[in-house]
Amino acid sequence: MIKIKWGFYIFLLPVILWLFLLIVLPQIDLFINSFRVVNDFKDTTTWGFGNYKSFFSDSVYWYTFVKTAIYSIITTILTFLLTFPVAFFITKVVSNKYSGFLALLLLMPFWVGELVSVYGWMILLRESGVINYFLLDIGVIHKPLHLLYNNASMLIGLVYMSMLFMIVPIMSSLEGLDDSLIEAASDLGASKFTIITKIVIPYAAPGITSGSIIVFMLVLGDYLTPDLLGGKNSLWFTEQIYNEFIASFNWNQGSAFGFLLLALSSFIIWIALKVTKQSLEKAVS
Amino acid sequence: MIRTLPSSKSYKIGYSIFIAIFYLFLFAPLIVTCVLAFNNSNFPALPWKGFTLDWFFANTSQRVGVFQDSGLLRSIYISFVTGLYVSIFSLIVGTMGAFLFVQEKFKFKEPLYFLALTPLVIPGVILGISLLLSSTIAGNYLDDHFSINLSFLGPSFWLVVLGQFSFITTFVVLVVSARLKKFDHTLEEAALNLGGNRFDVIRLITLPYLKPALIGSFIVSFLMSFGNFNTTLFLVGSDTTLPIDLYSRIRDGSTPVLNAVSFLLIFVTSLLAVFNLIYSNSKNNK
Repeated sequence: MIKIKWGFYIFLLPVILWLFLLIVLPQIDLFINSFRVVNDFKDTTTWGFGNYKSFFSDSVYWYTFVKTAIYSIITTILTFLLTFPVAFFITKVVSNKYSGFLALLLLMPFWVGELVSVYGWMILLRESGVINYFLLDIGVIHKPLHLLYNNASMLIGLVYMSMLFMIVPIMSSLEGLDDSLIEAASDLGASKFTIITKIVIPYAAPGITSGSIIVFMLVLGDYLTPDLLGGKNSLWFTEQIYNEFIASFNWNQGSAFGFLLLALSSFIIWIALKVTKQSLEKAVS
Repeated sequence: MIRTLPSSKSYKIGYSIFIAIFYLFLFAPLIVTCVLAFNNSNFPALPWKGFTLDWFFANTSQRVGVFQDSGLLRSIYISFVTGLYVSIFSLIVGTMGAFLFVQEKFKFKEPLYFLALTPLVIPGVILGISLLLSSTIAGNYLDDHFSINLSFLGPSFWLVVLGQFSFITTFVVLVVSARLKKFDHTLEEAALNLGGNRFDVIRLITLPYLKPALIGSFIVSFLMSFGNFNTTLFLVGSDTTLPIDLYSRIRDGSTPVLNAVSFLLIFVTSLLAVFNLIYSNSKNNK
């Protein structure tokens, strides 16, 4: 192919500016700032691990950090368990006439946005909410249940907002699965369980990996759902970051927290890629 | 278990019930939100007290509808304009990126592509705080050394646009490259042989081929920008976007006007979805 060099640079320049000014430079600034320690009078600046030390010395920070990581992993697993049968249903079971429509419906929560979905869950779950109203009405309970502002309601919201990002990659890898493989296994006497674990899941593994990575990252870095559905006790790490940045105006401490969160997400994703023998490039495309 | 294989009746029924419950789970919050937008009550809760359009049109001391609430209308407008800027910029830069990564060969292409994917694995909150941090540092530096005061480097409309652009562009790169990879290069080569220059070829041959991917990623970029919360939260100045505005209203105690806004959002996006379905069906039938 004939190449005109200046044309190439016109394409390259905006991409370089985007990546270096908006992605690389901010992360470097975050990293550098996390080592900046300002004394109580805000007049001298020293460099060191002070911000990280306060993270390790205060157990609330620690607890929040670990809780966020564990709940993000739980959310990812729950999302997979819930959406995998649906993905299989849409791509392999239901007649082709309806599969497009069913797949389109899945997009709705994403299209209307996270905030509207979270608000809908609040209306359903709170004490004066719709679920409590129906339960009281039919006489199952006599006092409203505390359904909102706990870890369970937070998990519901997180799974709800993540489903799409899990199901789409799984569906696109299942679409490539040749039905005759399943037919052959079934003819040879394999049980449904064997077919699922030996054929379908290994085939969909790339889709499952990329779905899990995206879901994990979205959940770990989410602020809105834990804050509104988890309430005061949600203790999500992004809330600590928000507090340092916006409430306490301690940007250096916030940077250290931000960098720790970034390190955590990179580390867990790296482990997941190593275990499943995938690469980031392959997983996301 | 699949279309061509017979299964026991109980298995089929059990599976169908699971799917039905899943879709109920999917739509329950959206349907409830919509229905309660029309309830004649001052709280977004049951019991049903009759149908009303107050939360859309009323302007009384107790009830202010969406279309009378200048604050809400303004944040809808801000979100709309933000979405337009973000999707236009992301589309342009993302498409350029897709061309580079699919069609060109150059040094450092692999690391650059890896870098272009990293916004997918950087949490939205981190993107927000890191951009806030470095734009503030840059702003202070320019102010101290050159006495240039650029207000968009503090929390502001343009900082929100930049922050959303920084990760939405990655999605455009992925969607457009996926289609570009399937493109038949001999078409471009033929046009180049016939004397077209690179830009003419892109404009007349490659872009028309990419049109469905471009339209699709424009719509998705717009919606991602319109609904974004986690990154925007840290960058927003006095021009609050709709999600930020709704968030602070929910925290202050919700009224059905929030249901009315949600209804409008759900309604408009459903229309878009139906439009999209008809459009893609008519294309498949051709």
